[in-house]
Amino acid sequence: MKFAVIVFPGSNCDIDMFHAIKDELGEEVEFVWHDSEDLSGFDGILLPGGFSYGDYLRSGSIARFSNVMKEVVKAAEQGKPVLGVCNGFQILLEAGLLPGAMLRNTNLKFMCRTVGLRVENNETMFTTSFDHGQTIQIPIAHGEGNYYCDDATYKQLLENGQIAFTYEGTNPNGSLGDIAGITNAQGNVLGMMPHPERAVDSLLGSADGLKLFQSIVKHWRDSNVVTA
Amino acid sequence: MSLQLEPTAQNIKDEKIYREMGLTDEEFGMVESILGHLPNYTETGLFSVMWSEHCSYKNSKPLLKKFPVTGEHVLQGPGEGAGIVDIGDGQAVAFKIESHNHPSAIEPYQGAATGVGGIIRDVFSMGARPIAVLNSLRFGELESARVKYLFEEVVAGIAGYGNCIGIPTVGGEIQFDASYDGNPLVNAMCVGLIDHKDIQKGQAKGVGNTVMYVGAKTGRDGIHGATFASEELSDTSDEKRPAVQVGDPFMEKLLLEACLELIKSDALVGIQDMGAAGLTSSSAEMASKAGSGIEMNLDLVPQRETGMTAYEMMLSESQERMLIVIKKGREEEIQELFHKYDLDAVAVGHVTDDKNLRLIHKGEVIADVPADALAEDAPVYHKPSSEPSYYREFQAMHNEEPVVDNIEETLNDLLKQPTIASKEWVYDQYDYQVRTNTVVTPGSDAAVLRIRGTEKALAMTTDCNSRYLYLDPEVGGKIAVAEAARNIVCSGGVPLAITDCLNFGNPENPEIFWQMEKAVDGMSEACHDLEAPVIGGNVSLYNETNGTAVYPTPVVGMVGLIENVEHITTQVFKNAGDLVYVIGETNTEFGGSELQKLVHGRIFGQAPALDLTIEKSRQQQLLQAIQQGLVSSAHDLAEGGLAVALAESTFGTNGLGVEVDLKGSAVTALFSETQSRFLVSVAPEQRKAFESTVDAELIGMVTDQAAIIVRNEGQTVVNRSVKEFEESWRGAISCLLS
Repeated sequence: MKFAVIVFPGSNCDIDMFHAIKDELGEEVEFVWHDSEDLSGFDGILLPGGFSYGDYLRSGSIARFSNVMKEVVKAAEQGKPVLGVCNGFQILLEAGLLPGAMLRNTNLKFMCRTVGLRVENNETMFTTSFDHGQTIQIPIAHGEGNYYCDDATYKQLLENGQIAFTYEGTNPNGSLGDIAGITNAQGNVLGMMPHPERAVDSLLGSADGLKLFQSIVKHWRDSNVVTA
Repeated sequence: MSLQLEPTAQNIKDEKIYREMGLTDEEFGMVESILGHLPNYTETGLFSVMWSEHCSYKNSKPLLKKFPVTGEHVLQGPGEGAGIVDIGDGQAVAFKIESHNHPSAIEPYQGAATGVGGIIRDVFSMGARPIAVLNSLRFGELESARVKYLFEEVVAGIAGYGNCIGIPTVGGEIQFDASYDGNPLVNAMCVGLIDHKDIQKGQAKGVGNTVMYVGAKTGRDGIHGATFASEELSDTSDEKRPAVQVGDPFMEKLLLEACLELIKSDALVGIQDMGAAGLTSSSAEMASKAGSGIEMNLDLVPQRETGMTAYEMMLSESQERMLIVIKKGREEEIQELFHKYDLDAVAVGHVTDDKNLRLIHKGEVIADVPADALAEDAPVYHKPSSEPSYYREFQAMHNEEPVVDNIEETLNDLLKQPTIASKEWVYDQYDYQVRTNTVVTPGSDAAVLRIRGTEKALAMTTDCNSRYLYLDPEVGGKIAVAEAARNIVCSGGVPLAITDCLNFGNPENPEIFWQMEKAVDGMSEACHDLEAPVIGGNVSLYNETNGTAVYPTPVVGMVGLIENVEHITTQVFKNAGDLVYVIGETNTEFGGSELQKLVHGRIFGQAPALDLTIEKSRQQQLLQAIQQGLVSSAHDLAEGGLAVALAESTFGTNGLGVEVDLKGSAVTALFSETQSRFLVSVAPEQRKAFESTVDAELIGMVTDQAAIIVRNEGQTVVNRSVKEFEESWRGAISCLLS
């Protein structure tokens, strides 16, 4: 399986995503610069964290006008897995690929720590390697991760099983319904504030994030590899 | 628009306008005789900023010469953007620490942010990929609204810059003391990784080669920042706010990536950061180091504002800019490279053979001065030095134990002292994990980062207990280096080298100069004996507010090499049943200690003694034991002594506690700050091997009771749950801020 890591000016978790895929997952991966107009050669699209365009104006609000975003939308429509982490999640919200918006953390400060996440839905293409209700340890590092949407949208997220992860125990940023990650209605676009790519090697504390990437590959193999 | 007319050369002399720029009458006379004519306004500006203490080290040079600067692993010593040390396999580590004290006292967010931005540029201007940022901070006591504001904004500024540019802020240290009330210290250190073949120099070689300006545009911010940094703060310092620069970490992220792409190009000849004194220092130093000259047309400099004068452009300290020299004829490809990152790259001049820095503005030669005169020929002052009377008084005092009624309660109080308390409130705001190499995160003795693709890791720390330095600058200077080395060793690393940031008061005061002299003597001796040469650093003088100096604070930034990630060791206890040892005997030493400050509200007496031979042999023994896998946890004994170290080793262990039995005076055993000591835990099956490797005293055991129990001569003097102590320690700083 071949992944694209989209690099916007100001992305800074691109290298982490790249190494998670290449070194730990063992799949193909390439960096793709924000002005690219062709993602057809890739099977999965990864939008990494960082501060695209300095997060000036509003997180993700400028990046979503990048050339490559038209291609990301196309890939999402084709049903390819699209994962946005942290700033990548914020860009997916700004691009309208996921519903809702981000507010500043309730304490108005950036926070970096490892938190417990509860797997709310283990039937998405990103979560099948987890158990339902399992608690996993994944780092967060953000200043604007306080997810918000209106009541109707929240009801829809709940009914469709679009809430993939919630914060277990203390909610660090004040997000609605303790939301840490959501998918689109089709289930092939996942946005999450916690960084699974930072949790792929137990030397650095946790390897729980690797299962997320393994789920993506498993789904891709199941639907693309023809068995004789 | 600048409507003010510049004074004429004659005015500058007659009305002594140069004094406002920081030049003395004698210095102005030297400039006149170097040039052979009266300097005009721009020329006066060039000399004043290049001859400031910040750029020329004119007051500290004779002292800096004492530092050992060579060693078998040193690839680049002081003098370039950052020092570089070999770590084997064609790789090296580049690092440097720098101060941004004065800007941070006036505009704490931007002052701290641009301090981080500046030191990162120093490291990537060497061709190195920055992999980590650390800091060393000093504030007044967390009591007044002003100090709280400075503390919160400095932390926010460091976080704002480091998080956005995507370089993890992995460690540091913070102390609080009244001497820093009006003059906080903000020192930032950056560590980078580089392949030997990529090492760059800031030299303008090759007559005819093109000088290019890359990065952000030049504005009127930070004009005379270096001069401002070279005078004392006072009640009117707020008026110097325009001398504080404004940072744009997004711009620097682009500049960083572009420059690291640039160093792979054979078109590049030299590269230097436009830091303090901006365009002036970068051009003059690059020409001087190469023995050449530079001619620049200032009309071509990208400008953010209209109507800027030559003086303003040359003295601006706008951030996120670099000066590069490239081979003639390769301009277009370099422009394309920078254009990919939406950055300016403009040919503004060329290298000449006349050794002069020549500036052209609006068709006229506006300055034509010898580059060496600016970069190398600043006067050097040997300031008078005199031993302060307080020192003699302190030396005459005998070490006495402070009176402690309740040992358990005293430990709890010590854990709440802001200098000892958990800094989680601070580092929670720093992204310390980005780039996914951080193995040991903030809060342990040293931060540890793996080197991807190898078995190796780097340990890094910043240290300086300025209370000891105030009591005895020579011993305190030794301790600062030794403590940094202890932290590296406890993490499983071999100390490689140090960078230092010498923060002192006004050197024109002989007692302050004496502090500097003695501190440098002590540090030099420790660097020599512990084989950790000084590969670069920075001097920050005039740290005074309204005539009161900060404690002498020569911060040591040290990097060590961990040969195998399996050697990485942290301070927290690992398993119930592990044996607890103390390495090193304990004497009654309370001068400058946390307990003395807690009990008496001030510090006095003699600093703890330090024997470098003993220090070195203990460090070697402990490192050997760690490398052989005999040690579960290791922690150096520092502020608050053994009691605080015991408590810290139980925090965050989820259910472990400790039980120890101590002999002699409980107050001395628990709270003395005798140097060269370590707290170590060892699995029972390693007991024999450990005891035959290290001279250590067995004092107790790690338990699964989650309590700290201390017995002394048959009496229980501490018996309290880890949870209660941990809450005091963890909550203290946010409690003081709310």
